[in-house]
Amino acid sequence: MAHATGTKYLKGGILPHMWCSGCGIGTMLGALLRAFEELGYTTTDTVVVTGIGCTGKADDYMITNALHTTHGRALAYATGIKAYNPKLNVVAIMGDGDGVTIGGNHFIHACRRNIDLTAIILNNFNFGMTGGQVSGTTPPQRYTSTTAYGNPERDFDICALAESAGANYVARCTPYHGWEMKENMKEALTKKGFSVVEVVSPCPTHFGRHNEMKETPDMLHWLRDRAIAVEEYRRLPETERAERLAIGTLVSRDVPDFNTQYELVKARAQKG
Amino acid sequence: MQGNQAIAEGAIYAGARFYAGYPITPSSEIAEECSKKLPKLGGVYIQMEDEIASIAAVIGASLAGAKSFTATSGPGFSLMQENLGLAVMGEVPCVVVDVQRAGPSTGLATRPAQSDIMQIRWGRHGDQSVIALCPASVRECFTLTVTAFNFAERYRVPVVLMPDEIVGHMRENVEVPAPGELEVVDRKRPSGSPADYKPFKADEDGVAPLAAYGGEYVFHVSSSMHGLDGYSNNDPANAAWRVRQLHEKIDRHRDEIVLTKSFDTDDMDVLLVTLGATTRSGRAAAIEARRQGVRAGVLQLQTVWPFPDREVAELGRRAKMVVVPEMNYSGQVAGEVRKAVGPDMDLRRVNRYNGTIITPQDILAVMLGAR
Repeated sequence: MAHATGTKYLKGGILPHMWCSGCGIGTMLGALLRAFEELGYTTTDTVVVTGIGCTGKADDYMITNALHTTHGRALAYATGIKAYNPKLNVVAIMGDGDGVTIGGNHFIHACRRNIDLTAIILNNFNFGMTGGQVSGTTPPQRYTSTTAYGNPERDFDICALAESAGANYVARCTPYHGWEMKENMKEALTKKGFSVVEVVSPCPTHFGRHNEMKETPDMLHWLRDRAIAVEEYRRLPETERAERLAIGTLVSRDVPDFNTQYELVKARAQKG
Repeated sequence: MQGNQAIAEGAIYAGARFYAGYPITPSSEIAEECSKKLPKLGGVYIQMEDEIASIAAVIGASLAGAKSFTATSGPGFSLMQENLGLAVMGEVPCVVVDVQRAGPSTGLATRPAQSDIMQIRWGRHGDQSVIALCPASVRECFTLTVTAFNFAERYRVPVVLMPDEIVGHMRENVEVPAPGELEVVDRKRPSGSPADYKPFKADEDGVAPLAAYGGEYVFHVSSSMHGLDGYSNNDPANAAWRVRQLHEKIDRHRDEIVLTKSFDTDDMDVLLVTLGATTRSGRAAAIEARRQGVRAGVLQLQTVWPFPDREVAELGRRAKMVVVPEMNYSGQVAGEVRKAVGPDMDLRRVNRYNGTIITPQDILAVMLGAR
């Protein structure tokens, strides 16, 4: 089989894309579209839902069904689509602002509800589109355009949050590991129930610039050096884990999803 | 039947098969009724994490082909505004019921008001227009809910149904219309080649056909300014066309959308302009006024937005005095009536904003008092 390119889902004549050089969004989108192709997704049976921000622009490049929504609310829109038509493949593509900062409430409830959606959250540690401000995933004491003297707050661990809130599938990837990302996305897309793929990504224009990773590849190398397969990560002594980033499939379980549970509700209602 | 229950029944009659909401007094009976009825009918009832998510899910379901709706009250309605703007921008048919209670803020959670009138029209940022209908009886809760869905479907626009708490919680005998008795409108579906489908290319009537996700027509809907194909478009000429089209599709059908009822207006000197529960006090006041020799008539606004300015102006020309009772301090309806009747009219306001109903005596005192 020829390698999947994913280009059949790309809108013609729109490249080059808008994202900065060194940004991970293009790699994320490429992996997602290749995953679509390898799974045989069609433009008619797929709905991409996006929010606002750099990552939220992804739908502009795609020819599947799409709904470009308001900031942080992509999962709530996606929930309405999937709850009404369970046959659709519904994928929400968000940044860390959309996904777990302004949209944190929708995120934990989508996990709890375990609705059969795939959430791709590109985490670049800051609000890229608006000029690199602090977000809910900016690590403590890091610098951004609104934390000039360091971030006084803690960051969310998106994957740990998803696991504890009840998602059926959780994976973490980086753009340095493109093939693995595509494989994780395929697992996420095919998993029944709520799936989360965190794509930890460089933002050389903003986050890198403020945090001593000024050159375009610096953040990518930073991710490369920190990333470690989750199986190996789990063998590390506690003291060595802090600086490492576990990548791969973190959670995979098969709790019944919302639509399956709702079918039971309908059956009970229709019997009575 | 209770008003809120009639709204749920009316929605189901109109074909609604998706409800997403978050409980709030005094609207919760609508959610409860839907949670019982929709699963039986194969529809979806889902309680979301907040009102922001509720309206978002309603819009998502509508684009997947459902007739969908939500119900709330002031605080929840405030939370819905941003996403309601997406329904305007993306031309997504849906219905939002705002059972009005007294504010500001948490206010008097169990008591009525008619103080969201301007929020319903202007609550969202940016240039936009919606349709709003206001029932005055339990029967109208049913029939105007059907009309709300019909307008939403016909014009691809969110429609707000705005009962006050009195009407929402009122109980009256209602004969539920038989299937087929009331007209039920479904959105126009595209019919041409899927490759040529443009979700924002309007027909002659100013409204574009809307496909559903999952069918053969693939389409984009965006909260950002977009072109005929639904993809982002920042061109100023395109933006001007979009904003104009969102207004014009309502403006040009204004006469079909504006619904009013007149009572005893053929020979009147005093015109009462009413909506919702104040229609009932207004009619009682008009009858009593006639008994006392003052010829009064009532114009009930069933459609509140677009505002029935011509209807008010036309009746206003035949009146010496116009009285506007409304359950708010600021005279939200009276301001619109003033625009319609001009600066010289003897326009009198009757306002209550303490969570209690305006009585016929309140209206009579203002109507019969000296200027």
